[in-house]
Amino acid sequence: MSSDGVDNNRRRFLSAATVVVGAVGVSAVAVPFLKTWSPSARARSAGAPVEFNISKMEPGQQVIVKWRGKPVWIVRRDTNILATLSSVESELSDPSSDASIQPEYAKNEVRSIKPEYLVVEGVCTHLGCSPTYQPEVVAGFQGFFCPCHGSKFDFAGRVYSGVPAPTNLPVPPYYYVSNDVIRIGEDGAA
Amino acid sequence: MSNDNTDKGLLGWVDERFPLTKLWEEHISKYYAPKNFNFWYFFGSLNLLVLILQIVTGIFLTMHYKPDGAQAFISVEHIMRDVDWGWLIRYLHSTGASAFFVVVYLHMFRGLMYGSYQKPRELIWVFGMFIFLALMAEAFMGYLLPWGQMSFWGAQVIISLFGAIPIIGDDLTLWIRGDFVISDATLNRFFALHVIAVPLVLIMLVVMHIIALHEVGSNNPEGIEIKKHKDVNGVPLDGIPFHPYYTVKDIVGVVSFLILFCGVVFFMPEMGGYFLEHANFIPANPFKTPEHIAPVWYFTPFYAILRAVPHKLSGVLAMFGAIAVLFVLPWLDRGKVHSIRYRANSFKWLLAMLVISFIGLGYLGALPPTELRTFFARVFSLGYFGFFLGIWWISKNEKTKPVPERIL
Repeated sequence: MSSDGVDNNRRRFLSAATVVVGAVGVSAVAVPFLKTWSPSARARSAGAPVEFNISKMEPGQQVIVKWRGKPVWIVRRDTNILATLSSVESELSDPSSDASIQPEYAKNEVRSIKPEYLVVEGVCTHLGCSPTYQPEVVAGFQGFFCPCHGSKFDFAGRVYSGVPAPTNLPVPPYYYVSNDVIRIGEDGAA
Repeated sequence: MSNDNTDKGLLGWVDERFPLTKLWEEHISKYYAPKNFNFWYFFGSLNLLVLILQIVTGIFLTMHYKPDGAQAFISVEHIMRDVDWGWLIRYLHSTGASAFFVVVYLHMFRGLMYGSYQKPRELIWVFGMFIFLALMAEAFMGYLLPWGQMSFWGAQVIISLFGAIPIIGDDLTLWIRGDFVISDATLNRFFALHVIAVPLVLIMLVVMHIIALHEVGSNNPEGIEIKKHKDVNGVPLDGIPFHPYYTVKDIVGVVSFLILFCGVVFFMPEMGGYFLEHANFIPANPFKTPEHIAPVWYFTPFYAILRAVPHKLSGVLAMFGAIAVLFVLPWLDRGKVHSIRYRANSFKWLLAMLVISFIGLGYLGALPPTELRTFFARVFSLGYFGFFLGIWWISKNEKTKPVPERIL
């Protein structure tokens, strides 16, 4: 349709084309701005592996190691603690760790390479608080208790059912450099 | 024509170049507001007062604060101890944050009571809800800046909420934080958003809120449209000019508010751990979550809803849903009568249920969870959402009282 020498179709097409080209341009310019929010090169490189000597740990002791800025727990589990793992299995939500994050070598009942030493990230899978280590029975519970929203984990970092956390505590990649030294942050010589 | 300049003076000179008199008349001296505004109509102007207070105190705080993971906590203590009158500016700002939410919640409750969200004021309500949303973002990001334990872990929990989104969740939280954990990068960007981006958005939204209000005109406790009855000059018969009538009335509100506000600033700025939480006087420690973490009081109702749901994604959806449902309230309420004075009793019961649920949730959200408290949090969550379902239900065939034509 045209009236008074104005071709409305042509005008509409040109307007729409201008808007589309403009929108593409704005989107393209937005990318660098949004990308500045990604972790910087310095933050990425801070993810280097860390080593820890476990030879001085007492039975039942928990040590917190910093890796990628996150707390990683090393817990030396004695036989009493290890015995609790099978007894609580029926109360867990993911006892065989099928839906949880861990390296293949830690996907077992004790969730570790050596049963005596547990290595897990101390970050609740619900909303990122750091649960509290509760080695003795307090208020009918022992294990790891998250103070933020009441999630409970057993001594292998496996989550109980009926709490807000969806999965078990993640196990970071790690290996034994020697009998006494654990290296957290990378898999062993594969 | 331009020769008239000398007669009109400086104001005339300006008016020919900028609509100063026109703006003054449209929005203040010839803005006709209903003559029956009561106590509940103080809170709009008080919101404006607190906004200005926050902007002014905020500007002066940035002159001494350092948005740096290693220095932030110390710089706040520096403001409190070393900067002359720094403690006053900081307490005005921290108390102002809580005062803002007190005033906003009362302002919103006024809207619910008198149906100020109903046609033709839907957009005023929607702009207002965007202000509420921006205000929550502003308060949340501001709370990270002192870099105390509660700053750190509160931010950790709230940012982790986005991790509940399927597929993109983890990458999104990483992008928001700018690091694998809350860190200097997070603090620095929150500072930029808190002092520049969100305040600009807030001011823009406030302007839109007021323009929309002045376009349709104010509602009132009777819920009667005063524009239906005008005199020969087009002035509503039941309207009075905002200035001097309501400017003078609002001064009474401002003075009363400031007496209470200064009482808090000078005698209980921490409000027993509700305005400034005790754990926030300990520097942020990424390895130790405080024994009990709870958000500041104005977020606790929504936080309690999050905790009431024993499933991560559903809990997050319920919490955001509690805010989202407010946006669509103008369309959920199918009633034609605005004011609680002429609505059915069922509306009054629903509103009472909402108030009890909201206060109950706020109380529970500040406490550590126990089984009994979780049970009550669920009951109150149902009460909260029940209001919106209920109002949709009852407003279809509501037995209302007859609304008078004029304000007596």
